[in-house]
Amino acid sequence: MASERVVMDAQAIDRALTRVAHEILERNKGTGGLALIGIRSRGVHIAERLRAKIRAIEDTEVPTGIIDITLYRDDLSRSHQQPEVKGTQIGFAIDDKRVVLVDDVLFTGRTVRAALDALIDFGRPRNVQLVVLIDRGHRELPIRADYVGKNLPTAVNESVQVRLQESDGQDEVVIAPAEED
Amino acid sequence: MPFTHRHLLGLEGLSRDELTFLLDTASSFKEISERDIKKVPTLRGKTVVSLFYEASTRTRASFEIAAKRMSADFVSLASSTSSVTKGETLLDTARNLAAMRPDAIILRHSAAGAPHFLAGRLDCPIINAGDGAHEHPTQALLDALTIRERKGHIEGLTVAIVGDVLHSRVARSNVFALKTLGAALRLVGPPTLLPPELRAWGDTTSNLEEGVRDADVIMMLRIQLERQGKNFFPTVDEYSRYFCLTQRAVAHAKADVMILHPGPMNRGVEIASDVADGPYSVIMDQVTNGIAVRMAVLYLLANRPRVESEVEQEAALPEEPAPRRLRRRAG
Amino acid sequence: MNTTIIHGGTVVDPANGLNGFHDVVIHDGVVAAITAAEGSHETGDAERIDATGCLVLPGLIDIHVHLREPGYEYKETVETGTRAAVAGGFTAVACMANTNPVNDSAAVTDYIRERAAAAGLARVFPIGAVSKGLQGEELAEIGEMHRAGIVAVSDDGMPIMNGGLMRRALEYTAMFGLPVIVHEEERTIAAEGVMNEGSLSLRLGLKGVPAAAEEAMIARDIALLERTGGRLHIAHLSTAGSVEMVRTAKRRGLPVSAEVTPHHFTLTEAAVDGYNTNAKMNPPLRTPRDVEAVRQGLADGTIDVIATDHAPHHRDEKDVEFDQAANGIVGLETALPLALRLVEEAGIPLETLVAALTINPARVLNLPHGTLSVGAAADVTVIDAQRCWTVEAARFRSKSRNTPFDGMQMQGQAILTMVGGRIVHRAAASPNA
Repeated sequence: MASERVVMDAQAIDRALTRVAHEILERNKGTGGLALIGIRSRGVHIAERLRAKIRAIEDTEVPTGIIDITLYRDDLSRSHQQPEVKGTQIGFAIDDKRVVLVDDVLFTGRTVRAALDALIDFGRPRNVQLVVLIDRGHRELPIRADYVGKNLPTAVNESVQVRLQESDGQDEVVIAPAEED
Repeated sequence: MPFTHRHLLGLEGLSRDELTFLLDTASSFKEISERDIKKVPTLRGKTVVSLFYEASTRTRASFEIAAKRMSADFVSLASSTSSVTKGETLLDTARNLAAMRPDAIILRHSAAGAPHFLAGRLDCPIINAGDGAHEHPTQALLDALTIRERKGHIEGLTVAIVGDVLHSRVARSNVFALKTLGAALRLVGPPTLLPPELRAWGDTTSNLEEGVRDADVIMMLRIQLERQGKNFFPTVDEYSRYFCLTQRAVAHAKADVMILHPGPMNRGVEIASDVADGPYSVIMDQVTNGIAVRMAVLYLLANRPRVESEVEQEAALPEEPAPRRLRRRAG
Repeated sequence: MNTTIIHGGTVVDPANGLNGFHDVVIHDGVVAAITAAEGSHETGDAERIDATGCLVLPGLIDIHVHLREPGYEYKETVETGTRAAVAGGFTAVACMANTNPVNDSAAVTDYIRERAAAAGLARVFPIGAVSKGLQGEELAEIGEMHRAGIVAVSDDGMPIMNGGLMRRALEYTAMFGLPVIVHEEERTIAAEGVMNEGSLSLRLGLKGVPAAAEEAMIARDIALLERTGGRLHIAHLSTAGSVEMVRTAKRRGLPVSAEVTPHHFTLTEAAVDGYNTNAKMNPPLRTPRDVEAVRQGLADGTIDVIATDHAPHHRDEKDVEFDQAANGIVGLETALPLALRLVEEAGIPLETLVAALTINPARVLNLPHGTLSVGAAADVTVIDAQRCWTVEAARFRSKSRNTPFDGMQMQGQAILTMVGGRIVHRAAASPNA
């Protein structure tokens, strides 16, 4: 981990999320019909933070849910061990809602594809928008984010790590070269 | 990742972490059955075959629903309609099935060890849906999940298992799971059904009221008329008089006792109707949890990459097959 | 005819109290002399067999084998069974009557003897049924079978559940000097058991056979023996309680003898774990305490005989669910090294083990074999007790492969087997050939 480079510190993350929260409100003209759904696992924390920020700005609670896309992945048959399933919790109907999906890093786009599949099983949202803290490029599917915390050009074999207070004890985004096997 | 077994043949020997992982995973599958669209695409394109040599409606249906909710294709073979009645051996039936490349085989059989037999010879995951008197792992998992949900934990609970422990695969699987998860067990029944070796598993008693005293959970086993020889008890009436779970007996347990029964119930024999229908009973939860458990098991086992078939390239020693209708010789 | 000298080996002949370097001189198929080592002076066309470093024993005798012919030739025939016998060092076997048709008549006895003569390998001594068709109801024509050459009677495979019939059998056979060999299993106690009853059967969900099933029958038959006289030989003893009962009966002078199989003095019920059908037999494998007891029984003479209960079964009869699998394993080709192990593992003297495989079984059946006495038929087994080899069931001479010892390392092998002066088996130079 010697050559890890910090590309966003705690303050930068906070500013980016504040800006994103404003953008969401601007584009959707307020909180009407809005719902936040975080993609497990770090997307969940980011969604919670956005909810808090929106509450602070507009004094309104936006319904927030959690989606686990494990069961919708397209690569399950390749692995000898199945990844852990933590479960989906969406405690409200999503029909006709403007669903804002939240994830930490947008890379190939396959996670978001799986999340869209999962969402469709829950109902028919009015539209689906995507928030990511980091967009690192290298899409393999035609997926794009509506709100981006930071654009981060990377090489395919580099690794981008988002660390959050809630799960990792501190806020930072680091980039590291690919590990030798 | 805690669960790396290829098959689910039984709960004996699974560690506390493995059992907890299975229960946690099953738990996370529950909400799928509460959605409008009760389906996830995880096992799309996978084929799950159920091979039931013993009649069963509920277990088979539960597996079928579980498989279909995972988007798998489900094929069901019951012995009365299959080639089994034409005298085909278990091995030949399984080999023919294996040639169709199923992603999992669910087997229920009257011979203990039948799933182990298949697991040693086929390269596809085997899920034991009940083998003779040996184990019924998914049943015990759903029982444990139901208990954990109601009570919040399993460690430290007193669980009384009442009835034909000797012949019950549900009892064995539950004993293995609950003991590992930290429950204290009591086994209750007539002495003919409680061999001395059972004491290694828990306290034994032939007095029902003593057995359920202060119990957190009472598990009633079905008296299995088809699996018994004779003379374990003189009549069903006499058995009932001493071991039927009545309100009076239940009163000795804790006030918030929960009562489980693997079904189908013989009302009036092992459990009184008013108890079966009363507030302690958790039948509906068991059914729901059964589907979740089976979805979780299928998820964990049926998604393997195809293993190169290292099994049985028969070193063909040209042997004549044995003649039909072999009977067991005494030696 | 000719002369053969087996020289350089250690002759162990308990019947004659021999255990040392001797030469065995054989003339015209008969033991002519036992001389001091290298002391034989015959020269010329005497065939010399170099037994340096080997044991030279009277030909081993297995008084409990199932040759399956007539009727079950797909499992074994007299020819393949005797081939397996001589490969294992046995020059004589006694075969049980549970064939198809049952050997309850002179006709079947004659047939078996003819097949044995045609094969020309180990001697075969048929055992006739006690009851017609092994049904356990009426006495078979024992006298007629005796004239045809049976050496004992037994319903083995089946217990004689009817105590009244058992009594009459003990009485009637006395007329012919024939022992009654009994398979002791109280069927209603054993019920549908498929392994030893205990904590392992409980865990595996398999029905068990309690030790009491064997012991209850032994108690009955010993009580009968007190009244009837006759000779009782108890097959395949498996429990500590059984050993103790035989010990007490012998102390009281009753005419009872007993045998144990190599699998019962080697394996415990643990071999069943994982539902291994090659560990399924009747009586079942028992507990370590029982194994200890039968070893002690061999050591102190309570158990007279080691006999394999060689029970060949076709693969289709063993490669099935445990409940459905046939009982029994083959044993002729693995008995010897398992017996030799007991010298080290159980401290049993070599002479005791050799006696259990030679003179003792001969005495039980009144056979003029099991010794290297001058004038006895030259049935000799030469054993390399140091030779290490691996059991390869696929290469057994027996037609069947049902053994739990496949792949195991063994030490001790018969390298030459001789019947009536004729060499019927010679091991290849290297093991596993």
